[in-house]
Amino acid sequence: MDAQTHPPAGEHSHPTPGLYFKVGLVLFILTALEVAAFEAGHGGLGAGLRPIFEPIVVEVLLVLSAAKFALVAMFYMHLKQDSKLLTNLFVWPLLLAAGVIMGLIVLMQYWRVVGAQ
Amino acid sequence: MSDAAAHAIEHHTSTGIDSRKVAIWTLIGSECLFFASLISTYLVYKGKSLVGPLPHAESQCMLDGKMQTCEGMFEIPLVTAGTAILLFSSLFVVLALYGAQKGNRKMLVGWLSMTVICGLFFIGMQVYEFTHFYHKGMGYGTNLFTSTFYTLTGFHGTHVTVGVIWLSTLLVLAIRGKLPAEKSLNLEIAALYWHFVDVVWIVIFPVVYLMR
Repeated sequence: MDAQTHPPAGEHSHPTPGLYFKVGLVLFILTALEVAAFEAGHGGLGAGLRPIFEPIVVEVLLVLSAAKFALVAMFYMHLKQDSKLLTNLFVWPLLLAAGVIMGLIVLMQYWRVVGAQ
Repeated sequence: MSDAAAHAIEHHTSTGIDSRKVAIWTLIGSECLFFASLISTYLVYKGKSLVGPLPHAESQCMLDGKMQTCEGMFEIPLVTAGTAILLFSSLFVVLALYGAQKGNRKMLVGWLSMTVICGLFFIGMQVYEFTHFYHKGMGYGTNLFTSTFYTLTGFHGTHVTVGVIWLSTLLVLAIRGKLPAEKSLNLEIAALYWHFVDVVWIVIFPVVYLMR
């Protein structure tokens, strides 16, 4: 049986090279925007941009990073086409991981405040 | 390929998904928590170092047995190049997988070779960076920043190295003609691991290198 014409149950055919190249181009542009945001936020692209970008540079970087993460997971890791079971195996631990990071940061801040009192 | 061989490759499961694919996704899920602990440790201790060197700002640090002024350590252009190369490698490995699934050996070998080369470049970039930092007085136990930085990026680099070795073995099989379309799942599983290594860096790059 040709695995390409009849993918296994629970899976679908994967995207074409054309789509892979488009996603690759978007990823490259997003990385360039990350570096541009970093430079703008620290005066590297002129002093005029610094007051605008400095307060929001962390948020901009997080959004761009999340967009890149989602693009790779959806298109290159084929979560958009594959079974929902695989998405669940990835997304739930990922949410737990995000919770661990947030929880530890909040906990350490709390201890620092309590320790200072 | 004989029917017996074909039967040996196909795995019928209750989910309809090959068990090896479920296994690699389970591993990736657990790895999310592993890297979350390393990233959170880095963030918790960020800015808490009592002495330099520091990632971005000038600081007082011990060099050659006396306190000196050290510059910020990071070289953003070099790491940006490494990041772009790693992103490209993700593109190359999906193209190699496409070739494998279509039975196009030339496409498979070509793109898989490019993926391995990109992986080697990234490892080279990290080895250069670590060596450069070490010679500037940034040892593993110098301060909280260096300990958490080397642990986080070092473990990621180890994952990249494992991925390069894994993909290289598949490249050798592909060159020998032992990776036909029926066995493309072997490459798909390795590619999933490689993409995970890539997405972890997508998080590490802005968190460690770009956020001050």
